Amino acid sequence: MTAAAIPAAPVRARRPWVVHSILPGFGLSLGITLAYLGAIVVLPLIALALRPWELGLSGVWHELASPRVAKAFRLSFGLSALAALVNAPLGLLIAWTLTRYRFVGRRVLDALVDLPFALPTAVAGIALTAIYAPTGPLGRVAAQFGIKTAYSPLGIFIALVFIGLPFVVRALQPVLQDLDAEVEEAATTLGANAFQRAFRVILPALAPALVSGVSLAFARAVGEYGSVVFIAGNLPGKTEIAPLLIVIKLEQYDYAGAAAVGLAMVAVSFGSLVAINALQLRLAKRGRA
Amino acid sequence: MTAVGTPARETRLPGAAPLLVLASALVMAALVLLPLLVVFGDAFAKGVPKYLAAIADPDAVSAVKLTLLVAAIAVPLNAVFGVAAAWCIAKFDFRGKGALLTLIDLPFSMSPVVSGLVWVLLFGAQGWFGDWLIEHDVKIIFATTGLVLATILVTFPFVARELIPLMQDQGSDEEAAALTLGASGFTTFVRITLPNIRWALLYGVLLCNARAMGEFGAVSVVSGHIRGLTTTLPLHVEVLYNDYDFVGAFAAASLLASLGLVTLVLKTGLEWRHSGELSANRRH
Repeated sequence: MTAAAIPAAPVRARRPWVVHSILPGFGLSLGITLAYLGAIVVLPLIALALRPWELGLSGVWHELASPRVAKAFRLSFGLSALAALVNAPLGLLIAWTLTRYRFVGRRVLDALVDLPFALPTAVAGIALTAIYAPTGPLGRVAAQFGIKTAYSPLGIFIALVFIGLPFVVRALQPVLQDLDAEVEEAATTLGANAFQRAFRVILPALAPALVSGVSLAFARAVGEYGSVVFIAGNLPGKTEIAPLLIVIKLEQYDYAGAAAVGLAMVAVSFGSLVAINALQLRLAKRGRA
Repeated sequence: MTAVGTPARETRLPGAAPLLVLASALVMAALVLLPLLVVFGDAFAKGVPKYLAAIADPDAVSAVKLTLLVAAIAVPLNAVFGVAAAWCIAKFDFRGKGALLTLIDLPFSMSPVVSGLVWVLLFGAQGWFGDWLIEHDVKIIFATTGLVLATILVTFPFVARELIPLMQDQGSDEEAAALTLGASGFTTFVRITLPNIRWALLYGVLLCNARAMGEFGAVSVVSGHIRGLTTTLPLHVEVLYNDYDFVGAFAAASLLASLGLVTLVLKTGLEWRHSGELSANRRH
């Protein structure tokens, strides 16, 4: 045997690019995937990433720091965060009810949770506007107390709560379902009251899922357009959301400006997803410890 | 979803149960159910004849046709891509898989408006290929092609995301057995893989289709809102609403809401009957 004839070094030095398999079709399926991904996602994103810089670095900064854009960003991110945070207790309540109690109509209620996903955004948008307009069923009530709902930041907030609720409920449900009853029982035996059980036993176990649900709701809310644009009123600097600015800039053929706003939105939502993933890992570790 | 079936256990706080159930029901009714009721209520506000007239309006009919056309192109393309992507990611081990998965998921974290914007940056009048397109008299933006591209980008991950975790769970033992016994690759795929993933594939296609037909933000950017030509049904809703034709807008919206309801019923049915054959990590 001449072992030296076949050098072992290259095999050991690097993991092969693809592990050999008996199954066929790797080249074909990867080829289709890469070609389609390249044409539909990568090429358009390259255009988005490059286009703003024709304004120059200072031009892009000028664009993003202009009062109108800065205000729209503050409004979009602020209200999205607020709506996602409000969805935490709401989602917890609904997920808890759906997993812990048996009642008539539970399955219907469970299916209804997905309605904000199922209803096209434009439909949700005009329906919410009709409800919260000064003449609408709930808007009229609020108006009697002097509260303006539609065409105000409060209206945007309501639409964002609507669109984010399923994310939180659906993130919590499986965890609540799997939560070990023995842990709660042990806590009870050791003298923990309901309050202590909720805050020292159940909530820490739910924390990673809750963070995940809230962050998904937030990410969705930041980019949301259809369900918000009708109820917002779209007053520049007051009720104008960031995605709407892109539309307005495109209508003025300001491609670079629109791309700058779009790129900033993608960067921030991608960055926050990465940050939240890290937070979630830490919470999961602590929950297990 | 995962939570159907009987609840794991009863609570030890009997007094709180009715209150919490009532609170949940109230939140859901006011926040989620009311918008649905308002759509149908306002659509029929001026009576059935007005509703029917709004549905039969030529612009509404062409909007429905355009919506069906766009979905008929976008959904099969994304389904084929989803199967191909799931096949290479779930059945093979290769480098860069993580990056590939991230890229596939990326469209979900993009604003729909951005998903429309990128196509304008490429094919708009002042886009990268704008001059070439004008020279050769090809219209993409403000035309059906643009609507299709925007819809494809928005619904890109639906099928792939449904299939990848399921096919990873299923492994490739059955396919390997078939191949060893002499079946061709194609036969193996059609007789072994497809039956294994059919419910998940249907589930992904269902969600992909609902989103494709209901998409608003992305198509609104590339459409130009040319009545009867480039207005899909959601855009038709917007045009009528902005014209203060509320019966017309809500009548068109009622069609879309019905689509959403049918999707919801089919989706819930699939979850109840075939939960074992659907992947667990669903969010959209």
